Amino acid sequence: MREFSVFDIMGPIMIGPSSSHTAGAARLAKIARKIADDEIKEVEFILYESFARTYKGHGTDRALLAGILGFDPDDERLPRSFEIAEELGLKFKFTESDEEAPHPNTVRMIIKTSDGKTYNILGCSVGGGNVLLKEINGIEVEFTGEYETLITTHIDKPGIVAAVTKVLADCNINIAFMRVYRHAKGDKAIMVIESDQEIPERAKEVIKNIDGILNAIILNPV
Amino acid sequence: MYQFNYGYELLELTKKFNKPISEIVMLAEQERTGEDLEVIFEKMKKNLQVMREAINKGLNEDIKSVSGLSGGDAKKLYARIVIGNTLSCETMAKAAASALAVTEVNASMGRIVAAPTAGSSGVIPGALITVARKFGKSEDDMTKALFTASGIGIIIAKNATLAGAEGGCQAEVGSASAMAAGALVELMGGTPEQCLTAASFAIMNLLGLVCDPVAGLVEIPCEKRNALGALNAMICADFAIAGMDSVIPFDEVVETMYRVGKAIPSALRETAEGGLAKTPTAMRLKKEIFEKEKRGD
Repeated sequence: MREFSVFDIMGPIMIGPSSSHTAGAARLAKIARKIADDEIKEVEFILYESFARTYKGHGTDRALLAGILGFDPDDERLPRSFEIAEELGLKFKFTESDEEAPHPNTVRMIIKTSDGKTYNILGCSVGGGNVLLKEINGIEVEFTGEYETLITTHIDKPGIVAAVTKVLADCNINIAFMRVYRHAKGDKAIMVIESDQEIPERAKEVIKNIDGILNAIILNPV
Repeated sequence: MYQFNYGYELLELTKKFNKPISEIVMLAEQERTGEDLEVIFEKMKKNLQVMREAINKGLNEDIKSVSGLSGGDAKKLYARIVIGNTLSCETMAKAAASALAVTEVNASMGRIVAAPTAGSSGVIPGALITVARKFGKSEDDMTKALFTASGIGIIIAKNATLAGAEGGCQAEVGSASAMAAGALVELMGGTPEQCLTAASFAIMNLLGLVCDPVAGLVEIPCEKRNALGALNAMICADFAIAGMDSVIPFDEVVETMYRVGKAIPSALRETAEGGLAKTPTAMRLKKEIFEKEKRGD
């Protein structure tokens, strides 16, 4: 039987009107912002299925942009995210898609940062404000953002996984879940590690310097 | 030691440790998370605070939903209460107005507590805060009652569902009403058995309630059903405290709610393809809102 916290039932505190269409949307975009890990200059949201059909009535658009701005789902600035983004000079655009998606509440976020990088992130809002990240830059992933999460981009070759987990073990960090995803053998790969403890910044720096690691980011629970 | 999956297990724990439901629920949370009881209690108090703020906002400010479909009705009812002119007694009218207030704040992108869902966020604050005020209950009493409500919600979540898409409105407003009814009984000094009896009555009264939101938005008829859920909770708490027996035990009522939810056609489970959502007026409103979205107004 699934376990529930009292705060799964009485909560979350959130900006309405919908936990899946508003709170979940804000969380997805907030995770995407952390993945981009730099100043965001431009973002396009491609909305699918229920998100595409009802996004304005549910404020999904404002919630998504609020997440990109780094606001939490209960931040009262959320309904004013359009105005705030304009003041900050952040460009944004919403596109409705007719294509099928992995879930009725799905969004693709194409983010351009000030250092010229582009991130392409697909995620779903799966109910009650919970989310699932499904794709980062063309590589399939699956994580929820509920745990402390380390995401590395690396070259698919022997020894990398062991090197990364050793750094974590040295910091006395217990790995709750771990998965490795790749395009093709020897190509770019993504590793997602969800842990019970907070991962210190210095661990990230050590991991970044491992031969074959292209990037490492840490997402605190969102 | 304090974990429970069913109503009968929760009642056994209250007997074994001679504690009210709220305390067992708190201890179970502490056991599961390892957090201090004080931290858990303060976190729940924060929920109460957000509930109260939402009520005040909805009763006093001019609220309009994002779609423009609803808003301002809580204030209208409150104006009748102020001049002492409602047909229902003041407590009931206030509970209804407060429940409406929270759901209107929700629809206008204000801050609320999903309790258990955003769509049913008005029921518990509407009933609990109104009754607590009438009887001069403290902030801590109300916070404890929210744990009682959560315990009931946990059992429903484990054995049935809290999602309108799965179980219809009975799973959202019905569950919220059951949670509120149990919370009210403990607030007023009833026994743990009476808490679950009140929760049983609350679900029994709303069994089969469909989810048919106009234009797919949590506004019509959801807001008024939240008010109904709050009033239902109060009556059912009165039933239980008066010593009435629900005859069908809580766990069987929860199982029934799940079974009935499965039998509700998908058109009446949050898809906005049946019920009020399918009326000519609702179809017209949906089209208007949809066209407005397309134009980007």
